[in-house]
Amino acid sequence: MVCLIGANGAGKTSTLKALARMIPAAGEIRYAGRRIDGLPCHALIGQGLALAPEGRGVFARLSVAENLAMGAYHRAGHDERAAVAEDEARIYGLFPRLAERRRQLAGTLSGGEQQMLAIGRALMGRPRLLLLDEPSMGLAPLMVQAVFDVIRRVAQSGVTILLVEQNARLALAVCNRGYVMESGTITLAGSAADLLADPRVRAAYLGE
Amino acid sequence: MDIFLQQVANGLTLGSIYALVALGYTLVYGILGMINFAHGEVVMVGALTALAATKFLLSAAFPAPVVFVLAFIFAAVVCMLLGVLIERIAYRPLRNAPRLAPLITAIGVSIILQQLAMMLWGRSYHAVPPLLPETTHQLLGAQITTVQIVIVGVAALTMASLLILVNRTRLGRAMRATAENPGVAALMGVDANRIIALTFLIGSALAALAGVLVSANYGIAHYNMGFMLGLKAFTAAVLGGIGNLAGAVVGGLLLGVIEALGAGYIGDLTGGVLGSQYQDVFAFFVLIGVLVLRPAGLLGEKVAERA
Repeated sequence: MVCLIGANGAGKTSTLKALARMIPAAGEIRYAGRRIDGLPCHALIGQGLALAPEGRGVFARLSVAENLAMGAYHRAGHDERAAVAEDEARIYGLFPRLAERRRQLAGTLSGGEQQMLAIGRALMGRPRLLLLDEPSMGLAPLMVQAVFDVIRRVAQSGVTILLVEQNARLALAVCNRGYVMESGTITLAGSAADLLADPRVRAAYLGE
Repeated sequence: MDIFLQQVANGLTLGSIYALVALGYTLVYGILGMINFAHGEVVMVGALTALAATKFLLSAAFPAPVVFVLAFIFAAVVCMLLGVLIERIAYRPLRNAPRLAPLITAIGVSIILQQLAMMLWGRSYHAVPPLLPETTHQLLGAQITTVQIVIVGVAALTMASLLILVNRTRLGRAMRATAENPGVAALMGVDANRIIALTFLIGSALAALAGVLVSANYGIAHYNMGFMLGLKAFTAAVLGGIGNLAGAVVGGLLLGVIEALGAGYIGDLTGGVLGSQYQDVFAFFVLIGVLVLRPAGLLGEKVAERA
């Protein structure tokens, strides 16, 4: 589990969007040894990459269950049906709040519930690499804790996570490694523990 | 009383056709946020190609109901190709252009199609051979033809299937997701271009069906028939709430009935000064009324909710 931290406007979200082929980028992007910079955005999920976008991006006029089904859109085959149903049950286990609201339109959920739905939807694609963009944004502290508990559990289940966060303390607490980005370039990299101890990080991002 | 029922029956027939065409406008608007003003001409192409196929098949001595079905299938295939072609050539390059650009292009496409049809089929009105039995039935004092029953029945079945497709299937879910947020839908593996092409495919098939039904109803087809029908159906879509499928159906049926009742009673109401040739006025009264009083339409959401 890796995080990318940095101030507002440092280019963290743009980096994720470029990775997910949502915006054009120069140069090479490689994932699992293959170049993905030539692929269209909709082909990435087939490569095992899923993004839970900044601002959650749930389909407000689709129900919770339909949002989850959209996450498994590319798993269309008949033989996949049982596995998709199993994953749906697993997501509801991870997020009991979503199970209670499965028939509700996603637009009627609270911010935290929408964030859970966005993560759950991304997991429905069975990604090997999950990109999370600011999952704590706009959430109440208790909700942030609940969401990060789940993120930790997802990471333990074997999914690689690249987490983009403004809340550096939170991010470094759950991640193994971290990168610090300033004005579009990586200025520091290291284990999360080293970064937490680094005086530059402490001064700039932890408010000490 | 029987004039009233008669006009309601006529209005529902006409309204079914408006609804089919309105669905095409509303499907495309829902996904692209643009009004495809060439849609009415696709209806016209459907009617005229079906007529060409009908003449050919009748000369080959096929039985009438078979001709009716085969002619529709031929028209549907032509219209679906045409719809996808229009999207590919005229709208896709302007996907990210200001909203006015594709609107102007749509009007251009509409003019091109009308002129091409005029060159191919001429300016004259073509008689459409009756393929359905010309029997009439008595229902509560109204005279209802078999053609009317077929129109209403086929339209109702088609619209119900469309609603099931959009609301209950994987493809429909992808269409609604793309309509709401194409960028995020792409992250789930949805190819927006494919969904948009499919939307035009479905809308054009509905237009072909409407073309076949409307020419069966009036017994005529001509190169200019799509213009007024397109405007009326657009009005119906706005009346129901553009972007809303159920709204298009409700708006279409309602507009058909309003028009038929208006045409039936305008003579009495104006003391014979205005006759039923003023029928078209009512659709535009409705359009203006909706735009002034309830711009989001009967079943439409407030625009702010979409943003």
